[in-house]
Amino acid sequence: MKKINARDYQWQELNDVVRATTGDIELEGCLGERFIACGAADRKITISGVPGNALGAYLNGAEIECLQNVQDAVGDTMNSGRIIVRGSAGDALGYAMRGGSIYVQGDSGYRTGIHMKEYMEKRPVIVVGGSAGSFLGEYLAGGLIIVLGLGSDTFPAGGFTGTGMHGGEIWLRSDALPPVLPEQVCVTRVEADGISGIMPYLSDFSQLFDVPMSELTAKGFWRLTPNAKSPYKRLYTPN
Amino acid sequence: MGQINLPQDNALMRAELPREGEFRNPSGCAISGMISTSGKRFSGEDIIRSISVMHDRSNGLGGGFAAYGIYPEYKDFYALHIFFDDSAAKHECEAFLERHFDIINLSKIPTRKSPAITDEPLIWRYFVTPLPTKLASSQLDEREFVARCVFRVNTRIKGCYVFSSGKNMGVFKAVGFPEDVGRFYRLEEYEGYAFTAHGRYPTNTPGWWGGAHPFALLDYSVVHNGEISSYDANRRSIEMHGYKCTLQTDTEVIAYIIDYLNRRKGLSMKEICSVIAAPFWQTIAQMPPEERAEAEYLRNAFSSYLITGPFSIIVGFEGGLMALNDRLKLRSMVVAERDDMVYISSEEAAIRVISPELDRLWYPEGGQGVIITVNGGDEKCR
Repeated sequence: MKKINARDYQWQELNDVVRATTGDIELEGCLGERFIACGAADRKITISGVPGNALGAYLNGAEIECLQNVQDAVGDTMNSGRIIVRGSAGDALGYAMRGGSIYVQGDSGYRTGIHMKEYMEKRPVIVVGGSAGSFLGEYLAGGLIIVLGLGSDTFPAGGFTGTGMHGGEIWLRSDALPPVLPEQVCVTRVEADGISGIMPYLSDFSQLFDVPMSELTAKGFWRLTPNAKSPYKRLYTPN
Repeated sequence: MGQINLPQDNALMRAELPREGEFRNPSGCAISGMISTSGKRFSGEDIIRSISVMHDRSNGLGGGFAAYGIYPEYKDFYALHIFFDDSAAKHECEAFLERHFDIINLSKIPTRKSPAITDEPLIWRYFVTPLPTKLASSQLDEREFVARCVFRVNTRIKGCYVFSSGKNMGVFKAVGFPEDVGRFYRLEEYEGYAFTAHGRYPTNTPGWWGGAHPFALLDYSVVHNGEISSYDANRRSIEMHGYKCTLQTDTEVIAYIIDYLNRRKGLSMKEICSVIAAPFWQTIAQMPPEERAEAEYLRNAFSSYLITGPFSIIVGFEGGLMALNDRLKLRSMVVAERDDMVYISSEEAAIRVISPELDRLWYPEGGQGVIITVNGGDEKCR
């Protein structure tokens, strides 16, 4: 597999070099270079070091695997493909994502999945192993966000979860009661026998990060969906 | 973000810059800070390397550094760093300083010529202490006396700008990219226990040397990424207490608010966080009674100093740093620890470049200040 040392290039050059190659590559020594793998399709890019903001923006089918942490706006508006993060992610993970999947082993920052949307067969998915910051799923219009809260007994998301949510689903694995949620959100409790709908993603997470399924299903989930009486719904469909 | 206003009379600058649409800057402003909690002094080299990783967050219209613990041989004297437009301004300013201070030492601040830094003003440094007779007759405490002299120079003497006025610390700033500014001031030749840095992407004012960050008064300094929506409300309030905002730059008002709340009102840095990034009423309503009472008091008593709009800031003060995000956390910030060092930055990469291995890394929540002091020192009012 072709190896590229990111330290040899300025970030724009690095992106040109990546685009000029075909097939699978390994990028080593990343340190804040932006827009890596922007719009990439049909290949695998393995990244070590800490890549810069907007990694995998507009991703169009490629698989990106990051061995360490990632910064902000990973998978911004991604269309398809998969991003695997073997560390934690910064703010606005999966911003306006419209397809594909993102798996994060550790935590994610503020506004995870903000403005995610779905259309027909396109249904984006974000799975976070640890906890997510505040404004999780803000203005969520579609897609699925799963937060597993591994290693934590407190509710695995910050305040204002689902603010402005009007589509999609957020699943949070926790026995702790959710904090006060915005009025646009309905909460239902789902025990281990009712999680078949998200099993494929739990199974992927289990395999990717070597966490036993028994641990992932040891706690029940809170399932958040838009409130049918939501003022946001009325806002967008006046008649 | 916003537009960049270039000085309209600078034909050369207009000719050299690409036209709108020919160039895209991926926006931002960048901040970085580092502190040794054991008080060990280290070179300014690291902070230059850290901020340079985020080169593309600024656009060459401003960069700067605050360095703490760099003047141990003059630690009992106020270090005034001053920009002069010309030698006439310098003479007038020096006459003022001689009337109010004992000048222990004065010199040009050493710089290194660089094609990246041009149009520099005269840049001088004065180590001073207030004249005892002047101080006594003013009936002010020493720090207030110095602060008032700084405002006097900055508002009354044309062509002079005191941009640093603390003890055992200094601000170094210019128009340029931050790493070039650091080399220009030979920052790697200084040793301090804490440094902060800023790369500027001005959105509301033309980039000028005085408008670069950090903004400082006495030993307080602020570097800021963001844009304050409440600027004018904050400015009107702080100006009632004798502060003069001379630059129309939002960060300046933050520096004065910090000085006012800490030095003059005696609030701790933690309490200051609850004032300038006050929790929402909705959040306060969910707090346990004692905590709620305190949060309500601070929001009500200092409501004019609530700062709204996106920001991440690093405040430097004698013996410590404080990092804070706006309560919605609309700007990024990462904090990390390695041995006795604590690092704060807009991006993790700017920390990893200095310390690839870290003991701990976390993203502070919006409105939750991170306060780091040397040897666990008390940051409460002094």
